[in-house]
Amino acid sequence: MSAPVVEVQGVTKAFGGVVANRNVSLKVAEGSITGLIGPNGSGKTTLFNSIVGQHPVDAGSIRFSGEEISRLSVQQIARLGMLRTFQQTRIFSKMDCVRNLLISLSHRGSEWGDMFRRYDAQDMERADRLLEFVGLYSKRLQIAGSLSFGQQKLLEFAMALMNEPRVLLLDEPTAGINPTLINGLIDRLKRANAEFGITLFVIEHNMRVIMNLASHIYCMSRGELLAEGPPARIQDDQRVIDAYLGAH
Amino acid sequence: MSALTSSFAMTRRSLALHLALLAAGVAAPFVFPGHTIQIAIFWVFVLFALTWDIMGGQMGYNSLGNILFFGLGMYVCAVAQIAIVYDVAQYTAANGAVRVDFSPKEYFQGLALGIVLSALVPVLFAVVLSWVLFGLRGPYYAIGTLGVAIAAAELTNSWNYVGGGMGIAMPVFPGGPGMRERFFYAACMLATVLCYLFLRWLYSKRFSLAVNAIRDDEDKAEALGLHTSRYKMVAWAVSAFFLGIAGALFGNMTGFIEPMETAFPTLTFGIFMVAMTLLGGKGTLWGPIVGSTLFYALREVTWTYLLGWQYVALGVLIIINVVYFQQGIMGWLRQRRPQWFASRAETPASKALETGGKA
Amino acid sequence: MWDSLQILAVAAPVFNVQLLLNGITVGAIFGLVAYGLALVWGVTSVKNLSQGDLVMMGGYLAYEFAKHGLHPILALLPVSLLMFGFGWLLYRLIIRRVIQLDLFTSLLATFGLAITIQQLLNIAFGPDVRTVRSGFGNFELFDGMVEITQIKLIAFGLCVLLAIAMVLFLKKSRMGQAIRATAQDPRAARVVGVNTDTVYAMTFSINAAICGAAGVLIAMIWVIQPFYGIAYSVRAFVIVTAAGLGNLPGVIVTALGLGVIEQYSGFVLGAQFQQATIVGLLLAILIWRQLALLRHRKALQ
Repeated sequence: MSAPVVEVQGVTKAFGGVVANRNVSLKVAEGSITGLIGPNGSGKTTLFNSIVGQHPVDAGSIRFSGEEISRLSVQQIARLGMLRTFQQTRIFSKMDCVRNLLISLSHRGSEWGDMFRRYDAQDMERADRLLEFVGLYSKRLQIAGSLSFGQQKLLEFAMALMNEPRVLLLDEPTAGINPTLINGLIDRLKRANAEFGITLFVIEHNMRVIMNLASHIYCMSRGELLAEGPPARIQDDQRVIDAYLGAH
Repeated sequence: MSALTSSFAMTRRSLALHLALLAAGVAAPFVFPGHTIQIAIFWVFVLFALTWDIMGGQMGYNSLGNILFFGLGMYVCAVAQIAIVYDVAQYTAANGAVRVDFSPKEYFQGLALGIVLSALVPVLFAVVLSWVLFGLRGPYYAIGTLGVAIAAAELTNSWNYVGGGMGIAMPVFPGGPGMRERFFYAACMLATVLCYLFLRWLYSKRFSLAVNAIRDDEDKAEALGLHTSRYKMVAWAVSAFFLGIAGALFGNMTGFIEPMETAFPTLTFGIFMVAMTLLGGKGTLWGPIVGSTLFYALREVTWTYLLGWQYVALGVLIIINVVYFQQGIMGWLRQRRPQWFASRAETPASKALETGGKA
Repeated sequence: MWDSLQILAVAAPVFNVQLLLNGITVGAIFGLVAYGLALVWGVTSVKNLSQGDLVMMGGYLAYEFAKHGLHPILALLPVSLLMFGFGWLLYRLIIRRVIQLDLFTSLLATFGLAITIQQLLNIAFGPDVRTVRSGFGNFELFDGMVEITQIKLIAFGLCVLLAIAMVLFLKKSRMGQAIRATAQDPRAARVVGVNTDTVYAMTFSINAAICGAAGVLIAMIWVIQPFYGIAYSVRAFVIVTAAGLGNLPGVIVTALGLGVIEQYSGFVLGAQFQQATIVGLLLAILIWRQLALLRHRKALQ
């Protein structure tokens, strides 16, 4: 495995009396597509939230390119190059798509004076290109709030790409998407990884999708890490099967 | 013109409209010589609405205490004007019994210094208060700002150096009758026009998009790495800058200042700021202007008729506006006549950058 | 200021008892008002900026009743009922429409309401302060150094009774349970058949009644004036902000503490600084919260 770009060690997080994550350790290899699966309530989203800085962790360490980030804020981590998309899909609903992309331009190293500059032709071309990449070019001037749910998900994805992250945490990217459009989304995810070199860490419920997409998969259950390995091995792992069946 | 013409530039038709309004503004004190100060207050109202809209309309941080900067500017300017010539504590203690004659040179020097300080000191306050108040969201921010404004009024009221509750009699304007009114009218109009032009310029920059993003979904903006605290501070500082100047001019115009009703009128001017912007439509450049104009006109017409019921009417107006008419006049116009708001872009790309309102 | 401190510490330390007693009695009423605010806030998410003005309304109703010969303590019930009805009306006309909207809109709507009420009271009763005589005397302690009006004690007792009544209502009665369910999760409550619209109306009306009762007490032990309402609104907000929404014991302790702090600051610093002290407290609490949040993300290994 190449050097891990994200390294989680012994992370524990409890809310009140409920332990959402217990002693979770995992590594995400740079340039890979890594999957995170597990039945509902296994603590996947909580782990994501801990990694991107949404809440503090009770114990453990989280490293991004070797740097400890468990004490940093969401903003700071975003500027270091790690973004996440939301399960419920969050975009700026009152702006049109182009503006949504423009505001997503990376703020790494931005100076105070930058706010008094205009967006230039380069920025707008990039926005157009990314909108085309996700297939939303024809809707670029439409107000984001009026897009369909699937289109908003694509927009959120494009916004994340616009930000030029090194690592992108995707929380159930295919949830709620029309099955006929899923292949297109998988294709774009793969291209983002291959062409733009973005490491993807993906929470997924759709087994077909994640087995197709990821090169390495972690499975969680009841707040703990259950199993890990390449898709072929995970698919046949009895513990994983039991976890899913037991969850019903 | 380049393909990336921002909305700061105007169409010929729009420029004509602007010039016509300017001309009307310049002519007004000559057409209504007895009401010059009253019309000057119109310009102050417009400035009130424009500066409130930056916070409440564009950024979604509804400040109920912006009047703080108005009062600060007023007092800072007064102190500066007096301090140039006289001992401030003695002057205020005398309560106007001491007639200090300011020579024209002293007066204008004082005024110039005062105006500069009346812009800078509120900005300083905005920067410091930013750190304290901008961790608060929504209602907490609103109440926090209201509380600060009320506290400022009370503290000023008990501070003898600036005259406490007895206020300060402002230095007398050197110049014949009518000159004073026209001078300050021009100053108010100039301040407001500059504010408008500055905001028009600012809203064509990245600032505008960032501030709107904060309004729409601050968490998402943060998750994208936006330096939200920078933008909040700058937005408030801009408000503070212009409000401070307005306060300085207003104080000189009225000739006598005191903390509760003149400098920090939280329940009158402070509320007007919000009411006018809501009426016209918040989040647009022209909404505040339309709203303040209408509000001013309504107020002038009905004040005497309503006699005693003015503020009841104001309260009811706010309720109706908020409950039944949130989009304000500009929003309503946008729905009814969308073609008026079609942007005159050269390319689809620059079209995307047009901000709302008349170009 | 130093003279005052000297009195408290050295010359007449028994005066501390006076300040404490005054503070607790006034704090109890703040607590009642804050409790109503928290109730409406928790159930409907509406932050009622007209809270203090509803209190003043209650006071003026008592004043009117007194003019017609009804003793203020007896007026408590009719005033509460009238205010309940008024609250219901306000809900139907205004509050119902702003519940779904964003936070500031509801705040502004109640702010507009506050102004309207203040001004109407001003027109009806004029700007002079008023009070309602209750005809009770004083208790004296420590050889007359400490004086406590009987009415203040009675008011304190009534506050306690009202608080207990509220708690029992919310715990035991069906409507009380419906209210608590809606506060926790409106959608789930609807699913089990709770009419959330009625719950919201009841909550707001109960709050209005509480404010009315508080107003009667204030008219008796203190003064009422059309524009004094905002002071109560601000204090209620400070208390709710500091104590948190679901925390009744916290609200009580904070309210009593606030009452005492206010008395001390009024005595030591001077009456003109009372508002500033409250605001300063509010800001201090908010800043402290801010730092705690920041520290939380930083407080780890």
